Amino acid sequence: MSVATAHDDHHDSHDHGPPKGWQRWVYSTNHKDIGTMYLFFALFMLFFGGAMAMYIRAELFMPGVQLANPDFYNNMVTDHALVMVFGMVMPAAAGMANWMIPLMIGAPDMALPRLNNLSFWLLPAAALMLILSILAPYLFPGSGGPVNTGWTLLPPLSIQNGIGMDFTIFAIHMLGISSILASINIVTTILNMRAPGMTMMKMPLFVWAWFFTALLLIAVMPVLAGAVTMLLFDRHFGTSFFDAAGGGDPILFQHLFWFFGHPEVYVLLLPSIGVLGLVIPTFARKPLFGYKALVYGMGVLAVLGMVVWAHHQYTIGMSLFATNYFMIGTILISIPVGLMLMNFIFTMWRGSMTFETPMLFGIAIILMFSFAGVTGVMLAVVPADMQYHDTMFVVAHFHYALIPGAVFGLYAGVFYWLPKWTGHMYDERLGKIFFWWTTISFNITFFPQHFSGLAGMPRRIVDYSIQYTEFNMISSIGGFLFGLSHLLFLYIIIQTIRGGKKAPDKPWEGSQIGTPGLEWTLPSPPPFHSFTQAPVVK
Amino acid sequence: MSHATHSDQDAYFIPEPSPWPIVAVASVFLTFLGLVFLINDMGLAGSLIMVTGFAILAYLFQGWFGAVIDESLTGKYNGKVDRSFRQGMFWFITSEAAFFITFFGCLYYLRNITLPWLGGEGQLASSNILWEGFQYSWPLLNLPDADTTKYVAAKEAMGAWGLPFLNTIILLTSGVTLTWAHWGLKKNNNKQLVRGLIMTIALGVLFFCVQSYEYWHAYQDLGLTLNAGVYGSTFYMLTGFHGLHVTIGTIMLIVIAVRSARHHFTEHNHFAFEAVAWYWHFVDVVWIALFIFVYWL
Repeated sequence: MSVATAHDDHHDSHDHGPPKGWQRWVYSTNHKDIGTMYLFFALFMLFFGGAMAMYIRAELFMPGVQLANPDFYNNMVTDHALVMVFGMVMPAAAGMANWMIPLMIGAPDMALPRLNNLSFWLLPAAALMLILSILAPYLFPGSGGPVNTGWTLLPPLSIQNGIGMDFTIFAIHMLGISSILASINIVTTILNMRAPGMTMMKMPLFVWAWFFTALLLIAVMPVLAGAVTMLLFDRHFGTSFFDAAGGGDPILFQHLFWFFGHPEVYVLLLPSIGVLGLVIPTFARKPLFGYKALVYGMGVLAVLGMVVWAHHQYTIGMSLFATNYFMIGTILISIPVGLMLMNFIFTMWRGSMTFETPMLFGIAIILMFSFAGVTGVMLAVVPADMQYHDTMFVVAHFHYALIPGAVFGLYAGVFYWLPKWTGHMYDERLGKIFFWWTTISFNITFFPQHFSGLAGMPRRIVDYSIQYTEFNMISSIGGFLFGLSHLLFLYIIIQTIRGGKKAPDKPWEGSQIGTPGLEWTLPSPPPFHSFTQAPVVK
Repeated sequence: MSHATHSDQDAYFIPEPSPWPIVAVASVFLTFLGLVFLINDMGLAGSLIMVTGFAILAYLFQGWFGAVIDESLTGKYNGKVDRSFRQGMFWFITSEAAFFITFFGCLYYLRNITLPWLGGEGQLASSNILWEGFQYSWPLLNLPDADTTKYVAAKEAMGAWGLPFLNTIILLTSGVTLTWAHWGLKKNNNKQLVRGLIMTIALGVLFFCVQSYEYWHAYQDLGLTLNAGVYGSTFYMLTGFHGLHVTIGTIMLIVIAVRSARHHFTEHNHFAFEAVAWYWHFVDVVWIALFIFVYWL
């Protein structure tokens, strides 16, 4: 069988440098190129989703409806979440997995390179579908208003939405296919592609973190796919899954969504825990404290994460038994999470620490993610949650969980690996400025939301009572500063790609401590094809 | 497998840059885009875009799988590549299982939690608030909202021991014939392999025909439709996605049968055969669960 479109380049296909032109990227089967594309896609979506956040904060700067109509506001809230979760954090983490896992375990590439390309290129197509869903009310007048359900897509509102909801549903299908295929690839790579001697218990923590992440995705992504498929059938084909008049139940959708949605939190979190497991020992110059306990802890977290979903739904009227079960299960989560944070603190204990940018982010994660953990325990307690439910307190809680927990971990990873990826050292002074700028402005943004939430300000509403004005003004100013800091982030990345001090093979002197990956045995940047002959790990 | 360990000495096969993944993306995007237009009654455009998507899909399968078969026959895959394929297929089937478990979970939730509440059982009963006098029974032949015009309850439930039982026997037999074909492959008996596959395909097609007739019967005689409340919804969602998988599985079996007739497989190198066999057995197992929970209990 001939490959019809791969025409004239065929004769030099044994050349081991990268192919030239656009085909290098579009047809790529190289884990480094695909990883790079994932990371740039995530960077683009960071600004896309960030622009939506800027709109939200501008709208909430003062009470009253300022900029656009409430439906548009709710549409922005919905798509800010979808873009940040599926378009930014997951692709960024997947990009790091693509780049680093084969290098760490001494594999020549991902196990299934063409599938890897498919996983990536589904993402821009899904993003296009999501953009169509935003534009649908304007492109197809009379086809219904914007998607205004929030990212949970709860019926009956999502059944009443217009064509935009159908675009959203199929965007989610494409994102889901992409995640499942990427996860299959990552699990297979980890299980089958390790170099001789690289046993499972010698793998860097990042690889373990992605192993559990990928298993979670394989288990829960199909559940979301099934749920939105039923939504589509209820919308267009007359079924009554989520309509009590026909014997269905809108609550059923909530259960399905959160059966996916809660493990999704750990999907976002675990890769960053994996990055922490490299950054903290490197800059504390001590082996990871309790490596095995951390691995088992992540496994326990993954399993527990799958059986506590209904703590997002305490107010729906579950039976007392179910409510108690979900409360206790949720509070149990603090055991593996606490274990992880304690292990990182003990790793730093009496280490000879230095505070480069990745380490600063690492320490900030431990502090601020603990804060999310504490508010998380508050929210897990049923009677208390009845008060906090659907207030800005919840918004503050999960932004403390997801920005320090997931996004700062990705920043730490970017600064930790930029020298390896580009071959240049980033500007340490600018990196530190970026760290303090984001950390301070992040706290200015989200800390006041605890107070406005406890005082009763509801989330997902365009307008608010005049008593919350000060908190929201502080929050908005912080938000604009936080948004602005990312221009510096972009500048640092471009600057590092274009030049700078040459990075040595081992840019961090502590990186060889504990369970190092094999990426440090390669030059910076590594050659286009690495480990074509498997190295042997002693 | 001594064969595999020997060839592990060769380098792991990394394919050259390939156009197929981006073709796949185009196919998926166009199919979904067309579907959105189609279900929103936006004229001919939807059908055209969707047909284009399907045409690209057919071209894609011919091209991508063609390339892979070519690489396999020219001996580019060592034992390690073979293990990657096997593990990849295993995890793919795992995710498929999660997809079906979702629908079975919905069936459980609706039958054991939602409908009893609507029917007035337990402390959370809502019968006096929503629709008074609703009596719950499964299969659901009376809807909670007796006055609704949106849904029309089924007149009669689908019995388990007629066509569904026949289909159970057909699918279980197809599992046996497929295993018989596998034995043929292991003994290097190509005739047995091809015959076994042809029998399996015939049984798959027969299953498809019986299932289509069952759907026709359900619509014509039983009033069991997609609009028939959750009984119809869960019935068609579960049996429909299963039927889709049988169809895909049958197409895969046809490809494998043609390849077997061309002597593509040896007793050591036959990942594609085993992948399809796993898939077919998985579809079998799903059917057993369907028979028990959708038709019988």
